[in-house]
Amino acid sequence: MKNNIGHEIDQKLLDRMNFGLYGRDKDPRTAEKGKVHDSKMVASIEEAIKRSGLRDGMTISFHHHFRDGDQVLNQVMEVIAKLGIKNLKLAPSSLTAVHAPLVEHIKNGVVTSIESSGCRGTLADEISHGLMDTPVVFRSHGGRASAIADGRLHIDVAFLGATVSDEYGNASGTCLDESVENAAECGSLGYAKVDAQYADKVVIITNNIVAYPNAAGGIPGNQVDYVVKVDSIGDPAKISAGATRFTKNPRDLMIAEKAAQVIINSGYFKDGMSLQTGTGGASLAVTRFLTDAMLEQGVKARFALGGITGQMVKLHEMGLIDTLLDVQDFDVEAASSLRRNPNHHEIDGNTYASPFDRTAAINQLDVVILSALEIDTSFNVNVLVGSDGIIRGAIGGHPDTAAGAALTVIVSPLIRGRIPCVVDKVSTLCTDGALCDVLVTDAGVAVNPRRPEVAEALTKAGIRVTPIEQLKADAEAVVGKPDDLPFGEKVVALVTAPDGTVIDVVREICDND
Amino acid sequence: MELLKTGAAGTMESGDIYVEVDKGAGGVEIELQSTVASLYGRRIKEVISEVLKEQGVSSARITANDKGALDCTIRARVATALLRASEQGDSGWWKK
Repeated sequence: MKNNIGHEIDQKLLDRMNFGLYGRDKDPRTAEKGKVHDSKMVASIEEAIKRSGLRDGMTISFHHHFRDGDQVLNQVMEVIAKLGIKNLKLAPSSLTAVHAPLVEHIKNGVVTSIESSGCRGTLADEISHGLMDTPVVFRSHGGRASAIADGRLHIDVAFLGATVSDEYGNASGTCLDESVENAAECGSLGYAKVDAQYADKVVIITNNIVAYPNAAGGIPGNQVDYVVKVDSIGDPAKISAGATRFTKNPRDLMIAEKAAQVIINSGYFKDGMSLQTGTGGASLAVTRFLTDAMLEQGVKARFALGGITGQMVKLHEMGLIDTLLDVQDFDVEAASSLRRNPNHHEIDGNTYASPFDRTAAINQLDVVILSALEIDTSFNVNVLVGSDGIIRGAIGGHPDTAAGAALTVIVSPLIRGRIPCVVDKVSTLCTDGALCDVLVTDAGVAVNPRRPEVAEALTKAGIRVTPIEQLKADAEAVVGKPDDLPFGEKVVALVTAPDGTVIDVVREICDND
Repeated sequence: MELLKTGAAGTMESGDIYVEVDKGAGGVEIELQSTVASLYGRRIKEVISEVLKEQGVSSARITANDKGALDCTIRARVATALLRASEQGDSGWWKK
């Protein structure tokens, strides 16, 4: 054999090394010189579904970066239902109150099982009353990302909403092109990046196609199979509705201020620290009360992690937080900062919180502030099931960050209305009490007995530490002892820990007379 | 205490209870709606019954819409509704 310039290349050598010869054995997949190849655009969601090969029994996924403003999941599910596809497993990164139409798809057999971080509204209510035969599987954000990566959660087709995409599927939650109107920015596509990386087929759904290259980050086109343009994908104004609203509630602010004092005096408030704030009014507001102390004491944070807020961005722009590691954005200000600020970085769900990766960002975390629906006297936390026994929340990154952070601060009012939040035993176990170090309520601060050095530091700083049993008794003295919830036998959901083991089950709730 | 007309007290605000009482058809009849029914429904009815007993009411129909009121609030609203229904005015019962 001779090559193009007459050099002898032995066929036996090619066979032995398992190579073909340039020219003679040209790989037919190779792109043609100078030709702009076909785009990945398809005309409609219906066409994308058909081309993806979606059929009965498969697993589909979505992301929840538009939170309460999401319009992608309902649009796609409507088309899937119309096409007569049944028995699907739905595995979105989370579900919110806007996803109530799923109830009909479940009743009609289109969706027969669900894996999610959480669930709210009508759908959650129906599930709690026994809507589904197969229990819903709840995973933390790190738990889901790692389950997708190692194949325990295999996604056949991912339908991922994006603010903008080019026709090759380079898709992002931010928009660099100023000529684009109606850019519905959700910011980081951190959870969706995992779906794009591991799903068999990836469909990008966007309302804005921009010229190649869309270099705004997010999802790289080489992970994408089809791109669909639709009229609308989401309402960014509703990203910060629900669990991530900016609180004006004076009690939340009081708790946040106290939590800030706890952090400042905990021993972890040092130059070069790192922090994260979870969803919930009080938790998100803590950042505001840290600012003055950071300025006074010359403390700068090395990074802030997780769900990024406008408050975090403000500190970043003041030079008080060096780097923002952003897996999702909790408001529009944070979403636009990702485009604007060079040290505001989009990270994927595994980089954020994989339980099996010792270099995941959570393990670098000094302080995390997290909410709770209930916390018990062993510091166990429920963030999933409401006081009425109905699912109304999400595991989110709660157990991931509680496990990773050096100091985990739980913020909660002592009572909500007549509902006690500090109880003997949580109705549903989401985060192991061994991982939760301090509880800050409007009626006092409690420290986990596992952390005597933290209690000592706080006491020395003049912060009164109350035994958690006392807080529980104080709550009960005001509201009285509640009756046990009327749970039935049927298991409606599995609650999993980040490593994928079952930490609790949720049973169906029976209505009282 | 005899109930002469319909008496009402309270609001539909969070943390309050709205109570309406009238004589009813003999015996005590309590119709309760509550945002915390599964946890405190039994206790709320117990508190209402206690107040009826204290006020010497043996025939009453009570309709209550609770938004998570505490026991002390429930007692005050029920007693006030009863006093209004019996046209007794302020008997000073709350000083005891």
